[in-house]
Amino acid sequence: MNLVTATGIVFARQVRPELRSPLGLVLTMMEPLVFLVFFGPLLAGLPGVGAGSPWQWFVPGILVMLALFGASGAGYTMITELATGSFERMMVTPLNRAAIMIGHTMKHILILLAQAALIVLVVMPFGFRLHPAGVAAGLLLLVTLGVGLGSLSLALAIAARRQPALFWSVQQFALFPLLLLSGVLLPMENAPSWLAVAAQFNPLRYVVEATRSLFAGDLLHPSVPPGLLAAAAIAALGVVLGTLAMRRASL
Amino acid sequence: MIHTRGLARRFRVRKEVVEAVRGLDIDVGEGELVAFLGPNGAGKSTSLRMLTTLLPPTAGTAVVAGCDVVADPAGTRRRIGYIGQGHGAGEQFVVRDELITQGRCYGMSGAESRTRAAELLDSLDLAEQAGRTAGTLSGGQRRRLDIALGLVHRPRLLFLDEPSTGLDPQNRANLWRHILRLRAESGTTIFLTTHYLEEADSMAERVMVIDHGRVIADDTPQQLKADLAGDVITLTTGTGPEAARAGGVAERFASGPAVTVEGTTVRARVRQGDAVLPELLRTLDGEGVKALTADLRRPTLDDVFLNLTGRSLREGDAEGAAA
Ligand SMILES: Nc1ncnc2c1ncn2[C@@H]1O[C@H](COP(=O)(O)OP(=O)(O)OP(=O)(O)O)[C@@H](O)[C@H]1O
Ligand SMILES: [Mg+2]
Repeated sequence: MNLVTATGIVFARQVRPELRSPLGLVLTMMEPLVFLVFFGPLLAGLPGVGAGSPWQWFVPGILVMLALFGASGAGYTMITELATGSFERMMVTPLNRAAIMIGHTMKHILILLAQAALIVLVVMPFGFRLHPAGVAAGLLLLVTLGVGLGSLSLALAIAARRQPALFWSVQQFALFPLLLLSGVLLPMENAPSWLAVAAQFNPLRYVVEATRSLFAGDLLHPSVPPGLLAAAAIAALGVVLGTLAMRRASL
Repeated sequence: MIHTRGLARRFRVRKEVVEAVRGLDIDVGEGELVAFLGPNGAGKSTSLRMLTTLLPPTAGTAVVAGCDVVADPAGTRRRIGYIGQGHGAGEQFVVRDELITQGRCYGMSGAESRTRAAELLDSLDLAEQAGRTAGTLSGGQRRRLDIALGLVHRPRLLFLDEPSTGLDPQNRANLWRHILRLRAESGTTIFLTTHYLEEADSMAERVMVIDHGRVIADDTPQQLKADLAGDVITLTTGTGPEAARAGGVAERFASGPAVTVEGTTVRARVRQGDAVLPELLRTLDGEGVKALTADLRRPTLDDVFLNLTGRSLREGDAEGAAA
């Protein structure tokens, strides 16, 4: 069985319960709209947001935030499966370990893509300009980021399988500095210099910049290669750590 | 089907080292039904996890269904079925979907998996629950689903970790009916763990007693009981002196120094008590000793365990239940 088929099997298994009781899915889809409606308007006219529609600046950031929140929660489903024994059952089948991991993450990636489509549709009438090629490239970047973050989250879930509460503590502990130092919510241009320096060590910062350039249709902007590099590095790290965790999970 | 040499596993919990399994040498042939019997923490699950590739051994080798578990884990996984101590089916997943997914995991086509799922739902009496999520099943139904998941790919070798724990006697009997039928129909080799003595005694053809990570006895339940426990004959007489004389007679029948006299009660540990008892009574008659009551107790596997370790498995059970 090849990796794609195996991933598909795991992915299909994960998605089915969501489709069966779609309320959770619906609420997840609504979540970004809350940010758009209650936070977006505060950005208008803020220095650093750019001359055009503030949506042009805000939408890519919000998508990175969704990738961060969604994918880093991927370990949650793993935690329950680890506790009950269904993870163990999957691990005794001949399924490839990486496929089990990526299949779990893919659910969150798909939700992310659906959220992105919804947001873009909603903001289009309010001055957001759609650059199809740029948006496609930007989403590809986000998927790469999501695979990395999701795998890291699964690795964390396996590492913390004996103290599930630890999973949440670590996840939250990592989440907020990553978010606040990424320039997603407010322009980092207004940051005091020490904060700006701290932000330079946050790989998400580069992904956010690159996504903004790509969504603006500027595929060759100098911020794009560092963003690609950062996302690829996170993905590589995630897949390696995740696969190692799966292999060495002495259950 | 299973061959291990020096298979061992130690865990490091902070500074403490736990020797969970200390060198297993096991050989299980095709078609055998083997029960791994031992108290809580004896190392049953750890052994099973090593044999099913879930846990790398710290020492030793294991060849399972013809594959080395360390060198060829994928090959081992394809050839075995494993039903763990927990629940294999996820709570929020639909019963039928889980079975179909399981088939796909073993490389069966979609259509093949669906047919097989329907077959198993039928044979394990789960057809009515097929459309529900696993979390809504009763304990017995849930366990049957776990079993079904382990059977999807028709493994020649099946591992079950405490398949009947937590089930009421009726569900336990029902589960055994399914396991024994599977064995009769397809000759599957079955290796299971249990800490129910009666279960190991009545169901298994071969019992391995494990304690502190070591196999301390390995035979048929009958042979274990005959070799390691023996039957106990209890006689009572009218007076103390008579009891002493009866004790003297019983010594001739007993195996070893196994006669005790307490007041008017005589206890003798003998082999094949059913044959000895009538003979003993006739001899007592001939010597003019009158036995008022005679009682024969066949040993249980608990007596075997007690004789091997000086501890009772039941005490361990009670502790486990209280903890
Ligand atoms: N992952 C682990 N980390 C540390 N110690 C472990 C681990 N798994 C098992 N142990 C220890 O190894 C020993 C054997 O455990 P195991 O689960 O194999 O026992 P068992 O015979 O299956 O018991 P039970 O009847 O309670 O299921 C125990 O002392 C247990 O605490
Ligand atoms: Mg166990």
